[in-house]
Amino acid sequence: MRQTAAARLSLRTLALGYLVCLLVVPLMMIFFRTFEDGFAAFWDQVATPASIAAIYLSLVIVAIVVPLNVVFGLVTALALARGRFPGRGVVQAIVDLPFAVSPVIVGASLILLWGAGGWLGGVAEAGFQVIFSLPGMVLATIFVTLPFVVREVEPVLHEIGDEQEQAAATLGASRLQTFFRITLPSIRWGLAYGVVLTVARALGEFGALIVVAGGVPGESQTLTLLVHSRFIDDQNTFGAYAAATVLMGMALVTLLLMTVLNRKREAA
Amino acid sequence: MGTALVQAGGVRRRPRRRTAAGGVGPLGLGVATLWLSLIVLLPLAAVLVRSLEGGPAGFWEAISAPSAVAALRITVLVSVIVAVVNAFAGTLIAWVLVRDEFPGKRVVNALIDLPFALPTIVASIVLLSLYGPRSPIGLELVATKPALVVALLFVTLPFVVRSVQPVLMEADREAEQAAASLGAGNWTIFRLIILPALLTTLLSGVGLAFARAIGEFGSVVLIGGGIPRDTEVASQYIAKQIEIDRPVNAAAVSITLLLIAFAVLFVLRLLAQRNLRHEQG
Amino acid sequence: MLRRSVVSLALLAATAVAACGGASDSTESSGAGTLGEGATKLSLVAYAVPKPAFDRAIPLFTRTPEGSDVAFSASYGPSGDQSRKVESGLKTDIVNFSLEPDVTKLVDAGLVEESWKDDENNGIVSSSVVTLVVRKGNPKNLRDWDDIIEPGVEIVTPNPFSSGSAKWNILAPYALESDGGSDQQAGLDYVTKLLANVRSQPKSGREATELFLQGTGDVLLSYENEALLTESKGEEIEHVNPPTTLKIENPLAVLEGSEHREEAEAFKRFLYSPEGQRAWGEVGFRPVDQTVADEFADKFPAPEKLWTIEDLGGWDKVNAELFEPETGEIAKLYDEATN
Repeated sequence: MRQTAAARLSLRTLALGYLVCLLVVPLMMIFFRTFEDGFAAFWDQVATPASIAAIYLSLVIVAIVVPLNVVFGLVTALALARGRFPGRGVVQAIVDLPFAVSPVIVGASLILLWGAGGWLGGVAEAGFQVIFSLPGMVLATIFVTLPFVVREVEPVLHEIGDEQEQAAATLGASRLQTFFRITLPSIRWGLAYGVVLTVARALGEFGALIVVAGGVPGESQTLTLLVHSRFIDDQNTFGAYAAATVLMGMALVTLLLMTVLNRKREAA
Repeated sequence: MGTALVQAGGVRRRPRRRTAAGGVGPLGLGVATLWLSLIVLLPLAAVLVRSLEGGPAGFWEAISAPSAVAALRITVLVSVIVAVVNAFAGTLIAWVLVRDEFPGKRVVNALIDLPFALPTIVASIVLLSLYGPRSPIGLELVATKPALVVALLFVTLPFVVRSVQPVLMEADREAEQAAASLGAGNWTIFRLIILPALLTTLLSGVGLAFARAIGEFGSVVLIGGGIPRDTEVASQYIAKQIEIDRPVNAAAVSITLLLIAFAVLFVLRLLAQRNLRHEQG
Repeated sequence: MLRRSVVSLALLAATAVAACGGASDSTESSGAGTLGEGATKLSLVAYAVPKPAFDRAIPLFTRTPEGSDVAFSASYGPSGDQSRKVESGLKTDIVNFSLEPDVTKLVDAGLVEESWKDDENNGIVSSSVVTLVVRKGNPKNLRDWDDIIEPGVEIVTPNPFSSGSAKWNILAPYALESDGGSDQQAGLDYVTKLLANVRSQPKSGREATELFLQGTGDVLLSYENEALLTESKGEEIEHVNPPTTLKIENPLAVLEGSEHREEAEAFKRFLYSPEGQRAWGEVGFRPVDQTVADEFADKFPAPEKLWTIEDLGGWDKVNAELFEPETGEIAKLYDEATN
C-alpha cells in the first residue's frame, strides 16, 4: 500500500495529536504543578512521616505479593501448559477473571467474606484482624495481580515445548532439578516481565484498598490512598500532586523495565 | 533405550509419567486449584451468596432501584462510547506506529503502555489538574459525562493498540501489493485485505477495553463527581452501598456488573472466532 | 539473589513501618506538626472535619506530662462510615464522631461502655451550628431556610446514611418548620422541598465541601467550623448563619477494649481542659467549656434561635423516627428523592 506523503503525514499528526492531548499534556501539567515552586517544596511533601510510611507500606505489600504470585503463578502456569486434565478451560478462565472484576468489587467481596456476618468473620472475633488491616490489603492486591505471572509464563512454556524437560527426565533428573536447571532459565524473561507488571499493578492498586483498608496514616494507608486522602481530606492539593508524582516516577521506571525486558523476550 | 540405561545400573528408573515432563503433577494441580479458589473464587462466591440473601426478589429489588439502574446505564453507555473511540483511535495509532517512521517513534511506542503502569488515582488527579476548576486551558469538565469519557479513554488506551500492533506487524504485504498492482485504491485495500485480518484481535482488544472501562473506579473518582443518575458509575454506586451499610445492594449490583462484563467478552469471543474461521476458511 | 534482596527489603520495610509511631502528614519538622513520638500508641478514629483541631491539640497534649510518651495515629472519614468500620473490626482507642448515634452503635456492639457520657459535658467535646455556605458575594442572596428551597437553587449536602453532617443539616430547618418536632408533617414537607434541590450525594461533610469548591451547587449546608476553616484557606466562599439554626454537638468516647485506657482518658480530659478547648476554638469549633466560649464570643455570633437535639426529643428518638433506614420518615423521603 503506497501512501502519499500528505496522507502519511496527516495520519501521523492525527495519531500523535490524540496521544499528546490525552496522555502527554495532563502528565506535563502534573510535573509542572509539582515542581513550579522548586524541588524543596516537593521534597517537603514527600518526606512527611505519613508519606514515608505510605511508601514503605506500598513496598511491603509488593514484597509480600510478588513472591507469592511467582511461586503460585509458576505452579499454575506449569499445570496449565504441561498438564493434561479436564477443566483446563475453566482454570484458564479463572486465571483471567481478575481482569474482568472491578477493583471495588474485589474490596467489597473481601468485606463480605471477612467482615462481621461473613463466612470467615469469626477470624476477626478470634483476634486476627483481616479487613482494615494488612492481611486484607495483601489479599486484595494478590487478587488483582494474580493473572500477570501466569499469562506471561504460560505462552513461553508452550513455545519452548517440553522436549528438553523430557530429555532431562530420561536422564534421571528429579522434577525440581528439571525445573531449576531447564525450565526456569528458558522462561526467565517472561517471568521477569510478569513480575514487573505485578509490581506496577500492586503499587497502583486503589479501588479495592479504599473499600477494604483502614486508611490510617502510618498503618494502613498506601501511597495511592495518601494521594486521595491529601486531596479530599486535607485539601492539600499540592501534597496530592507531589505524592502522585512519586507514583508517576515509579510508573516510568516500570515502563522502562517493561521496554527493556520486551526486547530481551523477543531476542530470546 | 530405557532398558539399556537401567541395565547400566546407577540410573533411576524413568518415573511413570502421568503428565508431560516438567509438569507439576496432581499435587501441583491441587495446589494451583486451591490457590485460585481461596484468592478468587471464595470472595466472589461470598458476593454471589450475599446478593441472594433476600432471595431472587431481593436481588431484583436491589438492581431495579432507579439509581442502581441509572448507574449501570451510565456505565455501559460511557464504556461503549469509549470502546468505539478506542477501536478507531487504537487502530490509527497502531497503524502509524507500524507503518510510519519518524524520530522519537520508539519513545511514543513505549509511552502507550503508560496507562497500564500508572495508578488509576494518579490518572484521576492528572486529568483534574487539566480539566478541573483551575483549568489552564479553560476547559472545566468536572462532574460531567465527558469527564468520564476522557478518564476512561486515558486508562483504556493501550488495549486496542497493543492488540492490533502485532497483527499489523506480521501482515502479509504481498496481498496488499498484489491488490495495488491490480489498481485497488488505498481505502479498498484497507477495507478488504487489512481490516479483516485485524478484526479478530481488534474485537478482542475492544472487549478488554470495555471490560476495563465498566469496572473502572480510581480514575473517575475525582473528576467524575459521582452525581447519582448523572455521573455516578456502577463502581462508585457499589462503594457507596458498602459505605451506607447496604451490603446486599452492593453484592447484587456487583454480580450484575460481572455478568455484563462476561456477556460482552463472551459475545466478542464468539464474533472473533467466527471471523477467524472466515479468514482461515 | 532476587529472592534474598526481596526478603531483606521486606524485613527492613516491616521494621520501619512498625517503628513508625505517629505518622503525621505535616511538612513541619518535629515540634508543632508531629503526632507525637512516644512509646504508647494511641489510635483515633474520627469523622471527616476535626482533623485541624486534632493537629493542633495533639502536639499540645504531648507536651504535657501525661502525654509526653504518647504517639497518635488518626483516621478521618464520614461519621457513619467510620462508625461502621469500627463496628466491623477496625481497631482503635478513641472515637470522635459527628453525632451521638454513631457512638451508640458501638455501645450496642459492646465496644463502648454505656457510661461513656456520664461526665459534666455529656460526652460532647465540641460544638458548632449548621450554616449556609455560598459563593463569594452571595450572588443568589441566600440567607435563610426559605431562600434555599426556591426552584433553581442547587443544594449540596452529604448522604445522611454515611455522613453525620448530613443529618445535622436536614434537622436544622426541620426543627424550625416542625416547631421543635411538634408538627412532624410540616417539617417533612420542608424536607421534601429541600431534597428536590439536592442532586449530588457526597459521602461526607469534607467531600461535600470539596464538591462545592469544584463548582457544583449554589449553596452548601455544612458545619460552621468547616466553613470557617475553608474561608481561612482563602477559598472564594462565604457563610451565612440563618437566624434559626441547630446546635451541633460532637461526641468523643474511649473504647472499652483500649489497651491504653489511662492515656486515652488523659487525652479526653485534656480536650475538655481550657487549653484543649481553646485548640478547638481556634480552628472554628464552638467550645463547650463556657469560660473558653466567652473568649471567642466575637468569632461565634449567637443566632436568634438555636434549637438543640434535646428539643427534638434526643437522638435515640430522632434517629429511630426519622433516620432509620427503610422506616425513618426522612430516610424514606431521601430514598424516594434520590433513588
